[in-house]
Amino acid sequence: MKDFILPFLRSLLDSLRDLLPILLVISFFQLAILQQPIPNMGEMLYGTFLVVLGLTLFVQGLEMGLFPLGEAMAYAFARKGSVIWLLAFAFALGFGTTVAEPALIAVAEEASKIAAAGGAIENNIQSMEAYATGLRYTVALSVGFAIMIGVIRILYGWPIQYLIIGGYAGVVVMTMFAPKEIIGIAYDSGGVTTSTITVPLVTALGVGLASSIKGRNPMTDGFGLIAFASLTPMIFVMGYGMLIR
Amino acid sequence: MNSSFNILHTLADTTFDVLPIVVIIFGFQILVIRRPIPNLRKVVIGFIYVLLGLAFFLDGLEIALFPAGKLMAQQLTDPAFIYGKVGETVRALQWSDYIFVYLFAAAIGFSTTVAEPALLAVAIKAQDVSGGAISIWGLRIAVAIGVGLGIALGTFRIVSGTPLHYYIIVGYIIVIIQTAFAPKTIIALAYDSGGVTTSTVTVPLVTALGLGLASTVPGRSALLDGFGLIAFASLFPMITVMGYAQLSEWRQKVVNKRTQTTGD
Repeated sequence: MKDFILPFLRSLLDSLRDLLPILLVISFFQLAILQQPIPNMGEMLYGTFLVVLGLTLFVQGLEMGLFPLGEAMAYAFARKGSVIWLLAFAFALGFGTTVAEPALIAVAEEASKIAAAGGAIENNIQSMEAYATGLRYTVALSVGFAIMIGVIRILYGWPIQYLIIGGYAGVVVMTMFAPKEIIGIAYDSGGVTTSTITVPLVTALGVGLASSIKGRNPMTDGFGLIAFASLTPMIFVMGYGMLIR
Repeated sequence: MNSSFNILHTLADTTFDVLPIVVIIFGFQILVIRRPIPNLRKVVIGFIYVLLGLAFFLDGLEIALFPAGKLMAQQLTDPAFIYGKVGETVRALQWSDYIFVYLFAAAIGFSTTVAEPALLAVAIKAQDVSGGAISIWGLRIAVAIGVGLGIALGTFRIVSGTPLHYYIIVGYIIVIIQTAFAPKTIIALAYDSGGVTTSTVTVPLVTALGLGLASTVPGRSALLDGFGLIAFASLFPMITVMGYAQLSEWRQKVVNKRTQTTGD
């Protein structure tokens, strides 16, 4: 029991330390700049306790569940040697984790409001919903595609910078032609697609693949999947905006 | 008692979000790989920890930090507060009157990034893989500085009303130049850190700041100008992480030189 309690307490302290900067920033601005008392002190403390506990559990689960799982999948696919199935898995993982992502649903709704206000689509609930759903599937497709490309890159050991910089060049060119009101959303959508559960899984998958394939370095080749997943949505969303107007 | 209900609700939501992942993984495991997952029991317990942890985490944020942070973003961007600072003289506000907004943006960007669980996950993995050459804290601080800088610049953009893509394109150019000179091992990780910085903690607070600012600054529209902060937050960490690697490489060289000259 002691072996369990002590490490747990230590990681609780770690989580508290991770959280300390936010608490300091909020208290400082509240007390020194806005010069107001901190509202609902009790709730603040209770909520902070929950956050610390949650972060601790998350980290424990990460090491026990998500990392080993991602790596085990990578090794299993490498041993099986079927590229097609590996790519199918990569696509499904990217698509499946993104399509239900709450942050994406929120962004898609905002985007449909903007499109309606800008006159790109009719200003009624039906066409706004259709627009939002279309956008959501577009982004999910783009993330599935991204993880797939990223896995192909790991398999062949292509240097990441040419692909990513090429992608950015695509973003820049498309920015010139895309409707103005979609640009902000497109740029933001790159950042919101990758959720807290997807990131550890995908990272473990990439690193696992790179370390089980001969000649690949887990450091230079294993990372980078997330980078693809944050790049392609920008391109696809601008494309979607150009298509629908 | 209301709050325990809330946690259950968040837990249900999180479970629902994870469902596609579970279906995909087990589907492929059963249909394609056809081998049992090693240490299945431990993995399942780990998954449950992750779900519980995220539910507590999100719920706690909702109770403690988001209301305070969002309210603060509103108050700091409120013209009444800003006019109060400039005094009674009625004149058009200039970008320099929003100094506290930039400060708050930088501070909140930095501090929320340090607490971001997805970044922590990548940092743990990076420390493992690099054999300790990249430390968990080094990476997190480098990324957090990037996010802080990015969000501060992003709020300045909203206040000054300059087009988003100019900043982003210049940022990309810096990234390209750095890529040519940074140590090869850091590049993939640096590119990744752009995407992982912005999730559960950062996005809600930063979005509140952007929308608050865009709806109170005269001449800005919340719809058109409120977005784009996340883009800054995902661009700048690439620059600071590569910078961090370049700096430690350079420091290593200096140390090496010194040990060579002092000789043994």
